Amino acid sequence: MIETLSGWGRTPRIACDVLRPRTEAQIAAALGRGSLIARGNGRAYGDAALNAGLTVDMRGMDHMLGFDPETGVLEAEAGVLLSEIIAAFLPRGWFLPVTPGTKFVTLGGAIAADVHGKNHHIDGSFGAFVDWIDVMGADGDVIRCRKSENGDLFRMTLGGMGLTGVILRAGLRLRPVESAWIVQETTAAPDLDALLNLFEAQADRPYLVAWVDCTTRGAGLGRGIAMAGRHAALDDLTPGKRARPFETPARRARRLPVDLPQLALNRFTARAFNAAYYRNGAREAGTALVDWDSYFYPLDAVLDWNRAYGRRGFYQFQCVIPLAQGRAGIRALIETVAASGRGAFLSVLKQLGPSSGALSFPMEGYTLALDFPRAAWSERLMERLDSITLAHGGRFYLAKDARLARGTFRSAETRAQDFAEARRAAGHSGVFGSAQSERLGL
Amino acid sequence: MTKSVLILGAGSDMAKATARLYASKGYAVRLAGRSPERFETLVADLRTRSDVDASCHAFDALAPEGHKAFVDALPDLPDVAICFVGAMGQQSENAADPLKGVEVMRATFEGPASVLAHLANGMEARGSGTLVGVSSVAGDRGRATNYVYGSAKAGFTAFLSGLRNRLAKRGVHVVTVKPGFVATAMTEGMDTPKPLTADAQEVADAIFAAVAKGRNIIYVRPLWRLVMAVIVSIPEPIFKKLNL
Repeated sequence: MIETLSGWGRTPRIACDVLRPRTEAQIAAALGRGSLIARGNGRAYGDAALNAGLTVDMRGMDHMLGFDPETGVLEAEAGVLLSEIIAAFLPRGWFLPVTPGTKFVTLGGAIAADVHGKNHHIDGSFGAFVDWIDVMGADGDVIRCRKSENGDLFRMTLGGMGLTGVILRAGLRLRPVESAWIVQETTAAPDLDALLNLFEAQADRPYLVAWVDCTTRGAGLGRGIAMAGRHAALDDLTPGKRARPFETPARRARRLPVDLPQLALNRFTARAFNAAYYRNGAREAGTALVDWDSYFYPLDAVLDWNRAYGRRGFYQFQCVIPLAQGRAGIRALIETVAASGRGAFLSVLKQLGPSSGALSFPMEGYTLALDFPRAAWSERLMERLDSITLAHGGRFYLAKDARLARGTFRSAETRAQDFAEARRAAGHSGVFGSAQSERLGL
Repeated sequence: MTKSVLILGAGSDMAKATARLYASKGYAVRLAGRSPERFETLVADLRTRSDVDASCHAFDALAPEGHKAFVDALPDLPDVAICFVGAMGQQSENAADPLKGVEVMRATFEGPASVLAHLANGMEARGSGTLVGVSSVAGDRGRATNYVYGSAKAGFTAFLSGLRNRLAKRGVHVVTVKPGFVATAMTEGMDTPKPLTADAQEVADAIFAAVAKGRNIIYVRPLWRLVMAVIVSIPEPIFKKLNL
């Protein structure tokens, strides 16, 4: 059936032939008639999970298959949402080992993008907690891969954007927790150096991320609010909460009923929002007990916040700059955005650790994520940010990307050629592909 | 004591969502259908997600002579039994080949009515229980485009109504569910109007709420009640000339 699909950024929109399989046999039967891409919950921002020829929506394959309380390993089908894993296991004392900024991604999508979370500097990416993956290859055979068995396929599938086959099932090691609460430590940093110093000073915190102001120039350039966190132990809770450590007040999810006009998020509201955010963060500096949902998923509170950027959609720019050039690179990026006078609304800065998959995004360094409405000015601005990233030895996050030029991508990714060649050798090219892989020549 | 729910015709997305909802509320879940091995992953899913007792059982709607044995062989007489069984077929085939039509009627009316009758007798003797029949708006009035299926659903709706009447003073409640369009594997590729199309989770939520509150007849999307009231009220001389 033909449906118009897009990623979370709502651009590009592509009319795709969509299959919603309930069984493996249905996927196997669809192989070999042109290329296909598996799609999870559509939370990649760009065109990573779009294929006009065939997009395989894996949400129908969403069974949890078993859980071993001794090892904490959950076996589940690829279409299970991380939010479902939390709902089933947090009340029993288990949490996701790594989570991105939304819980509305599938297990398969999290593996394909090898997502990272606020604990990447300590624990690594999602893939570090994946015991094994069942992948359907080009011939329809299902191969189980793990570090010690079919290791090449395993490394290529982690962060491989679905280009090594259809991820069917996986074993994920959950993390035992004593409560559903997070002890959050908020610190304001008046400029970029202070913020990056905070990353070093607080490097031992299990979770650490910063919001950064990309609208202010001059002395306050790169000021931000660092938010560290750790899972609260029973001792951290008041007696009332200790009696029911996994009960947190239910957050009511709101919806955005209409597309806002693109004008709603403009340079003035961006500046006002960022200034207010900084003041608020500085005022609330200190330690507080926060529920897991508010700490990890503040944006999930508005179910379709992507409509705030209007009908034309928006881009998220996310790159990582290696540690050695990190300070200079991040400063140059923020200076460029601030100087444009079009500051981004939500800018997130985080220190990353080393990578796991063959094409995984993270590397030791700093990552910066910025939202921009889709417009000619933002496209020009992002091209400048691309150049700065390249000049500082950085690379780009494919789960966010909707627009990177092939040449830019190839310059940033020395790994891309090996990946594409390994794909050809394994017979994956032409069978698995997305609008993104076509654009980037993967 | 753990409560239990029996789900007849457990292969659909609606049944899956309903099974998960009941499991999340702590019910033991029995899944029944013609090929129970198809439900093994769902059984694993219910156990994993909700840590409840779950099992699958062979049940053939088209073999009513086996229905008593089926009910007797269940681990317990369920507290709630929900019947999703039905077959739409293709109206054009059902019209051209009356035997195909008969099969649709048997799978949609005879089989579900038969198994619910056995369950009703058990629940009546026990003096408690809830039966849920998933019928259809298609049964509210016969239309050229699906009157074979619609007539079977009309029969099923009338059966449920009579059963409810009979058991009302016996501690057993009967719920009639009319889902309307549901976005599931069965309707994929059909272009159904959005305000009238529920998803599987909505159907599950509506069933659970109707059982909990003791509702009699529910349309999952309330707008359907209005739409069907209009369709039913059109005078026959006009109705017979419409393309609906």
